[in-house]
Amino acid sequence: MKSSSNKLFEPALVQTALKQSFIKLDPRVMIKNPVMFTVEIGTVIMAYVTVYSISHTGEGSPIYNFVIFLVLLLTVLFANFAEAIAEARGKAQADSLRKTREETPAKVVLADGKTEIRSSSLLKKGDVFICEAGDTIPTDGEIIEGIATIDESAITGESAPVIRESGGDKSSVTGGTKVLSDQIKVQVNTQPGESFLDKMIALVEGASRQKTPNEIALTILLASFTLVFIIVCVTLKPFANYANTPITIAALISLFVCLIPTTIGGLLSAIGIAGMDRALRANVITKSGKAVETAGDIDVLLLDKTGTITIGNRKATNFYPAPGIDTKDFIDACVMSSLADETPEGKSILELAITQDYKVMPAPAGSTFIKFTAETRSSGLDTLDGKRTRKGAFDSIRNMVLKAGNPFPVETEDQVKAISNNGGTPLVVAVNEKTMGVIELQDIIKPGISERFERLRKMGVKTVMVTGDNPLTAKFIAEKAGVDDFIAEAKPEDKMNYIKEEQAMGKLVAMMGDGTNDAPALAQADVGVAMNSGTQAAKEAGNMVDLDNDPTKLIEIVEIGKQLLITRGTLTTFSIANDVAKYFAIVPALFIGSIPALQSLNIMGLHSPESAILSAVIFNAIIIPILIPLALKGVEYKAIGASALLRRNLLIYGVGGVVAPFIGIKIIDLLVGLFV
Amino acid sequence: MNTELLGIIATYALTLVIAIPLGKYLAKVFAGEKVWTDFLKPLESGIFKLSGINPKEEMNWKQHMKALLTINLVWLVYGFFVLIYQDKLPLNPDGNPGMTPDLSFNTVISFVVNCDLQHYSGESGVTYLTQHVVMMFLMFVSCATGIASAVVFFKAFRDKTTVKLGNFWDFFVKSITRLLLPLSLVVALILAFNGTPTSYEAKDQFISVQGDTVNVSRGPAAGMIAIKHLGTNGGGWFGVNSAHPLENPNYLTNSVELIAQVIIPIAMVIAFGIFIRRRKLAWIIFGVMTIGMFLLLIPTVSSELGGNPALAKMGISQTTGAMEGKEVRFGPAISGYWSTVTTIISTGSVNNMHDSTMPLTGTWQLLGMMINSFYGGCGVGILNYFIYLIIAVFISGLMVGRTPEFLGHKVEAREVKIAALITLLSPFLILAGTAIASYVFTSHGAADWAVQPQNWLNNPGFHGFSEMLYEVTSSNANNGSGFEGLGDNNIFWNVLTGFVLLIGRFLPIIGPVAIAGLLGAKKYIPESAGTLKTDTLTFGLMTFAVIIVLNALSYFPALALGPLAEYFTMLK
Repeated sequence: MKSSSNKLFEPALVQTALKQSFIKLDPRVMIKNPVMFTVEIGTVIMAYVTVYSISHTGEGSPIYNFVIFLVLLLTVLFANFAEAIAEARGKAQADSLRKTREETPAKVVLADGKTEIRSSSLLKKGDVFICEAGDTIPTDGEIIEGIATIDESAITGESAPVIRESGGDKSSVTGGTKVLSDQIKVQVNTQPGESFLDKMIALVEGASRQKTPNEIALTILLASFTLVFIIVCVTLKPFANYANTPITIAALISLFVCLIPTTIGGLLSAIGIAGMDRALRANVITKSGKAVETAGDIDVLLLDKTGTITIGNRKATNFYPAPGIDTKDFIDACVMSSLADETPEGKSILELAITQDYKVMPAPAGSTFIKFTAETRSSGLDTLDGKRTRKGAFDSIRNMVLKAGNPFPVETEDQVKAISNNGGTPLVVAVNEKTMGVIELQDIIKPGISERFERLRKMGVKTVMVTGDNPLTAKFIAEKAGVDDFIAEAKPEDKMNYIKEEQAMGKLVAMMGDGTNDAPALAQADVGVAMNSGTQAAKEAGNMVDLDNDPTKLIEIVEIGKQLLITRGTLTTFSIANDVAKYFAIVPALFIGSIPALQSLNIMGLHSPESAILSAVIFNAIIIPILIPLALKGVEYKAIGASALLRRNLLIYGVGGVVAPFIGIKIIDLLVGLFV
Repeated sequence: MNTELLGIIATYALTLVIAIPLGKYLAKVFAGEKVWTDFLKPLESGIFKLSGINPKEEMNWKQHMKALLTINLVWLVYGFFVLIYQDKLPLNPDGNPGMTPDLSFNTVISFVVNCDLQHYSGESGVTYLTQHVVMMFLMFVSCATGIASAVVFFKAFRDKTTVKLGNFWDFFVKSITRLLLPLSLVVALILAFNGTPTSYEAKDQFISVQGDTVNVSRGPAAGMIAIKHLGTNGGGWFGVNSAHPLENPNYLTNSVELIAQVIIPIAMVIAFGIFIRRRKLAWIIFGVMTIGMFLLLIPTVSSELGGNPALAKMGISQTTGAMEGKEVRFGPAISGYWSTVTTIISTGSVNNMHDSTMPLTGTWQLLGMMINSFYGGCGVGILNYFIYLIIAVFISGLMVGRTPEFLGHKVEAREVKIAALITLLSPFLILAGTAIASYVFTSHGAADWAVQPQNWLNNPGFHGFSEMLYEVTSSNANNGSGFEGLGDNNIFWNVLTGFVLLIGRFLPIIGPVAIAGLLGAKKYIPESAGTLKTDTLTFGLMTFAVIIVLNALSYFPALALGPLAEYFTMLK
């Protein structure tokens, strides 16, 4: 929802998250995160050591041990909080979408044709209901009869009403949207609780959240780092015994907790959830976390020309009368041919005529409108006075003219070619089989789109325009818009073949589609985004649904995917780089007692061994909440090429990760030094 | 300029002059292209015919590793028994005894794994026969094993997608016939003409000016010393290795031995680039390795040339640098160079006693072995480097927002798992091994072994800890050099290092080859602007950072308690 708040920490959410942070302490839940699980074990051991040190000596003061215990507990809670707040935000986002589909009465059509009012929550898959003007659609479904204008602003935030009708590619309706006019019969196509939104909410809540492949790989790496540090800490005990340096359990556990990658370990799942959440904020429902991740890897983007690259449809831009034909007569013919033409192109011809000071009159009474057919590839109007006006594709009109024994002017033919070469579409108009002239239709390329393609190119994503235009027109628009490739005169199977070919070369392909005949290609694509207005088949086949029906959304989705991976990578680097400073804090602290010379390693000049260890542990804990906003928002993606991006992130998070804790630990030590 | 430093520069420069063309030659040999040594083909086909092997049979990575492990097992069993019964076999003019089972266990493993950790002394522990048919034989085949494994790894990235990785026996035999044998011949001749013995006579005797009777061990040593360096083996003919005047008579032989041990590891990197047709990648890898070497070399040479601060404190001038444990005919600079290359490359031969080097030098030696991939051993060096590279690829891949990929193959959970396991292995073996030794030393000092644990260490304290840490590190790295203050010929050290050697050898070979095999079988993804290129300076820097950070994090506490504690205490 556009209306939802973008504040990171809303009080209500924070409250839920705080509660969740404690509930998540359950070891059965914690074990899913091996890094934080070991911290929890350390916390339990410290609790025991605290109690033990009350009555025994040799393990340090109970108060000190208690403080360490507290800081460790906080570390775990902070990590849980990060995950919980991410979940809460995602859930709140999904809930606000779900609110739109509160209990609504549905007029269910029974087997005998009568209707019955039933609550929307009782609707089952296969039920059919009727919606009339003013009704709120009770649940998701597919129109099986009728056509209606619908206000989808509750979902998309877009106030302009849309038309949905049975049979076509725009047959889906969404629960919570409102019918503005006419009547439709809708069939329910999901079981209650199984809609895409329900699935998404379950994903965010963690009930059915599965780790994505990349998340698994990173978890393995982090777990192995953790193991290395278990080895380092366990072996330190015999080493210290050899050196006659007693090490307290508190010191050993502190060292361990500081070294293992708790920062990334604590934030890892929050990053993943935040990725899905960001997608949802962009009004995209993802069916799995994996899809978001894959989006970052996309090599090829298949984009429909109409709506994505060009604004809506072609528009008439010029009238070219044939030699010897008066301009006014020609425009007159053009208007006549388009009076009954409901297509956007037809309307644009009338608009152009009006701009040329032509007064459009309604069609003379008794005229018959000749519909466009695939066979004649022309349309027009027959008036009672026997005037047959026709408008259509160049070759079909030419055939008609030649068949009637009239010549087709060479000048007009040249004009047709010139328009085609310019990326335009020529429409030839004839009256009584006599050529009147050519109308030029041009595509209007969306402003700013070529900059977006340039950005994609820098990301390494190849853009492909899919269009029904002839190759010449397609090439012209492709060049003008700056796409890398195009599929002209595209049939649904062309998309499919193109995707397969790219995939055979090892590339990942994303596409957007809405029609039933897009479904196979959507399923074949690595990331298939179905428009919410599309057919149920298309929505089932894709792995994301775009509530806004906005074809440029693909570009945003790719960036969200990249952002997700980058956030993981940079925080891992940061977490590991932090260890350098922590070593310089803790290792001298461990040994200074018996090996005073190792004071030389205390390069931060920390106050005392106790304060050094405490400062390191505190830094380790508070860095988690400090980085939560970054984890939730994601590290910004910059399309500056892979090597430059690596340099940049390495500098910020690698070098920064080495330097930051030196400063942080020193500051904390100065504060802690006041008490210890 | 200081002639001692000039000696280092000249030696390294000469190494490159030989190694780079050698790399080009190796790439051709293993690609099956025409080379001038093709006249040896009949010899190879003879060997294959005799052993019933079809060298054209393509293997996948698993078949390769099966072949490798099988033949290594055969050598282990064979060597174990020959060493135990060497006293009953011919060619034993000095009447040396057979080995105890635990020493034989340790020795044969150590030679099979290209380590040559020697818990015996060449003069008294082995016979001329076993020096030949066990030591020298294993030096050839263990080195060839490493090279063949690396070629399998090369093969995985030569074609876009493939599971056919050539034939193990083919690579193995060619490593010996086309590389090790001819080069050994040259090196051995140089050594022989400079005074290294090549006779089968028993010990010689002379009466010194002081009137003492001195027995001088000899034997057919030159051949073994050649392969000892070429194959990055490091096991000496004589106990004190290349510090012995007959094993390494003069500055010339010293340089020859130094060059011999570095050329194949460098050549393998060059060969990698040519073989997979990505020369730039190879140069970046070479660059990282070289910078790593110099970062260890420069402080080493400077602290050895600077002399011992403890002596300086007493007002003793040390114009020649720290000379304890060094040979006058070499001096501290080239000895420092030797100690660096012998530890970064898993040779482990010594021309000076590492036990006597300055404490910080000890840190660099230990680090060199811990990292074990700044050039690294024959074949295995680049394999070790590959593990670091995969970790770097994974993390930096994420940082640029793409599922990580290397040379067009996606790096996923399975590959990361293997790389993580191998990364984990070294700290585990080194730290756990040293921890067990420390524990035994402190808690079971009086155990009834050939050397009681309480008597293991010539130098108690920090240096003693370094001695134990060094021994285990050297075993894990398959290096073989030692801080010789350690009493290591007893069941504890023989068995402990035996296992560390075995695991530290074969898992780090199987791991990278498995990753390469898995990656090679994956679909090839063409490069795009979003792909992270691995042949850039930035990525080289990233790999370098991964190497340094991983090792620093794993070993900092251990190093702090050993050489660093010793160093800082000495300064006080």
